[in-house]
Amino acid sequence: MKGLKAEMDISIVFKIAGIGILIAVLNSVLKSFGKDDLASLATLAGLAVVLFMVIDLLSELFDYVRTVFALY
Amino acid sequence: MGKMEIFQIVGLGLATVIMLMVLNEQKSVFGIYLVIAFGVIIFVLMMDKISAILAVFRELANKAEVNLIYVTTIFKVVGIAYLTEFSAEICRDAGSSAIAAKIELAGKIIIITLAIPILVSILEAILQLIP
Repeated sequence: MKGLKAEMDISIVFKIAGIGILIAVLNSVLKSFGKDDLASLATLAGLAVVLFMVIDLLSELFDYVRTVFALY
Repeated sequence: MGKMEIFQIVGLGLATVIMLMVLNEQKSVFGIYLVIAFGVIIFVLMMDKISAILAVFRELANKAEVNLIYVTTIFKVVGIAYLTEFSAEICRDAGSSAIAAKIELAGKIIIITLAIPILVSILEAILQLIP
């Protein structure tokens, strides 16, 4: 029960915001070059990366809640 | 920690809101991820304290010689309620309140399913009291 908590740090929020801003800038640059398909691909890749990060976080939360509240 | 933790949480919340506004201005889809990550971090920070509170309740129930099954059922109900509220709020924040309502419906039904054994045992106790 104690071991789960140690990994939780707030830097993931800043990581997600940074990736979001980076992808937004990349998107507008690629669009201004006329490569709309590459822009949408970049957005998709960023979405997938952040989705994996958030899914890890969520699974950690669910494990923790399950152990604390004895939900099996 | 202790009382200082609230300053950390408030600061993180304000910083997250500012980053969220920047992302929303770019019409980015990453805002909802930011909301989820922030919610999970706050939830886990609080979960540490909730587990301490639950340990106290379990101890009290032990001393009062209450059947531990009832206490565990109450804990399960509280946990399901917290999780349901968490995800429903995220869905409502993302603008789809229909999905939030469905999640809440499922949570309510699962809670009733958990509570039925207690209800049945109460009714049986009442029936035994009636001659």
